[in-house]
Amino acid sequence: MKRARLPQLVVATTAVLAAALALIFFYAPTDADQGLSQRIFYFHVPIALTAYACFGFGAWKALRHLWTRVDGADLESYVAIHQGVIFGSLTLLTGSLWAKISWGVWWAWSDNQLVLFLVLFLFYCAYFMLRYSVDPGPARANMCAVYALFGVVLIPVSFLAIRLSRSFIHPVVFTSHGPQMTHAQFLTFCVAFLGMLLLFATLYQLELAGKRLDAQLKELRELLA
Amino acid sequence: MVSARNLSKRYGAKRVFDRVDLRLDRGGALLVTGPNGSGKTTLLRILAGLVAPSGGELRLPDRALVGYLGHEPLLYRELTPLENLHLFGRLYRVPERGERIGMLLERFGLWEVRHERVGTFSRGMQQRLGLCRVLLHDPQLVVLDEPFNALDAAGAALLDATLEELRDRALVIATHEPGRVERLATDRLAFA
Amino acid sequence: MGYAADVAALARKDLLLELRAKETVPSMLLFVLATLTVFHFALPRGTGHVAALGLLWVALVFTALLGLTRAFVPEREQGLMDALVLAPCDRSAIWLGKALAVLAFLALAELVALPAFGAFFSGVDGRTVGAVALADVGICTVGTLTGAMAVAGRARELLLPLLFLPLVIPVVVGGVGASAAGGSGRFFAFLALYDAIFGLLAWAAFEYVVSET
Repeated sequence: MKRARLPQLVVATTAVLAAALALIFFYAPTDADQGLSQRIFYFHVPIALTAYACFGFGAWKALRHLWTRVDGADLESYVAIHQGVIFGSLTLLTGSLWAKISWGVWWAWSDNQLVLFLVLFLFYCAYFMLRYSVDPGPARANMCAVYALFGVVLIPVSFLAIRLSRSFIHPVVFTSHGPQMTHAQFLTFCVAFLGMLLLFATLYQLELAGKRLDAQLKELRELLA
Repeated sequence: MVSARNLSKRYGAKRVFDRVDLRLDRGGALLVTGPNGSGKTTLLRILAGLVAPSGGELRLPDRALVGYLGHEPLLYRELTPLENLHLFGRLYRVPERGERIGMLLERFGLWEVRHERVGTFSRGMQQRLGLCRVLLHDPQLVVLDEPFNALDAAGAALLDATLEELRDRALVIATHEPGRVERLATDRLAFA
Repeated sequence: MGYAADVAALARKDLLLELRAKETVPSMLLFVLATLTVFHFALPRGTGHVAALGLLWVALVFTALLGLTRAFVPEREQGLMDALVLAPCDRSAIWLGKALAVLAFLALAELVALPAFGAFFSGVDGRTVGAVALADVGICTVGTLTGAMAVAGRARELLLPLLFLPLVIPVVVGGVGASAAGGSGRFFAFLALYDAIFGLLAWAAFEYVVSET
């Protein structure tokens, strides 16, 4: 049943992303200050929010694994976090590009979100180090699930820490992400966000299907051996 | 007390064992034999409750009722027998543990060395102390992995006597010298 | 109460082990003094008090890391984790006992490090000491949990810093802020919040970190 959804997901993702791209480049108003390059905002923020969604989803699956011992929850948690790291890297990349365009620097410590992503990126990369240094089995699944839960708690705690650190690390030169958006901007943003979420869903199902297939192949090989 | 149906264990691609059925009650003694590396230790760890099986059904008693002796004696080398046993006695909520510890140390001939660090003991003495640890909380299910290893004649005799006394419990013994415990066994499981 | 007695027995065990082996605390002491010395040479002349404080926190975090790496050594090398896990006591008692012992070692190291810092650089005031105390709790709770995870893996000494450092970044922020910034009440509150949240999480989750079932 899950497999039947994949073609629909791909179609939906492609459609929405195409619509988003169209909106971003042809519909959304050009920013008065930054011009064309401001459009990176429509990539950067949806990607960032999607990455949060990935980590949150991964933590939810981790909780399911620990609490109700649902079969396969560990694999789903891992795939979600993997996707989260991919989207996280993209966030760092687009954020860095935006910083270069806006302020002429490749990195901006004044951007709270970017710094938060750096910390999370380090954290979730360590998740993979943990995963690959322990042999597969219930021990690894349990530990990774616990670490995933720590990660999702770290997100707000780190954010709070970063905001607190403003006062003695850097002077506050804070560029807002434009919470006051015009209707056109808001529409474009929403479509882009939806597109990114769909992209996550598609990649997630793809990777999960691939990993499940791998596991089944392995089992077959052992049965035959 | 212990029942297992269609038990199997895999580590990644490596299959350790499968299709293991067993049932063990009080008064029973399961003898597990087989060469080194055949999966005996893994099975015993599963029966002790340390490791989950990959497949099958397993019913085990509460942790408080299980005593396990593995290949390692599981003792802190920098502590003395008294300190080791007091720690485990506390964790297992052993009543009147001072007396029980004294009794066990005497029984296994370790009373004189109760204040010396376990690291200074011979392997045989450590094994005997390990047995003290296992029996400290009066377990109903006793799982012993190659208990006669490293024991000299005197130690082995002590163990024989102890096993006799444990006949009313459930025993699981893995050994590659089945001769010693043959007479006790009510069930046998041979690993290839 | 049974749980408290378990924790006390386990913490006592770790303290006894260190008393006999005398490895962890001396290395931590030496490490922190050496690090502070390196910092003296690394900081240019006229460096402000706040910058020096920042380095104090770096030194403390890495000293803690050193202690944490040694924390599960007996359980790891002698397979004793099995024996502790088999016991019918709550597994979180293992974590709490160990965390308390590590806290004690860290406090001992800081008893030397803080006066040394005061002597090498500039004064250490009550705020800094308070911040260090609060931060220690967070460091030890999170560090003990990640220490247990790292021990189960292969490249243990490499894995622990990777798992631990991202989690401890908020503690550094809180600590430096509390010891340096004006209006530091916020930072103390934040440290307390961190300790509470992660302490609770670690306490609840430790069971799953050590059980293979």
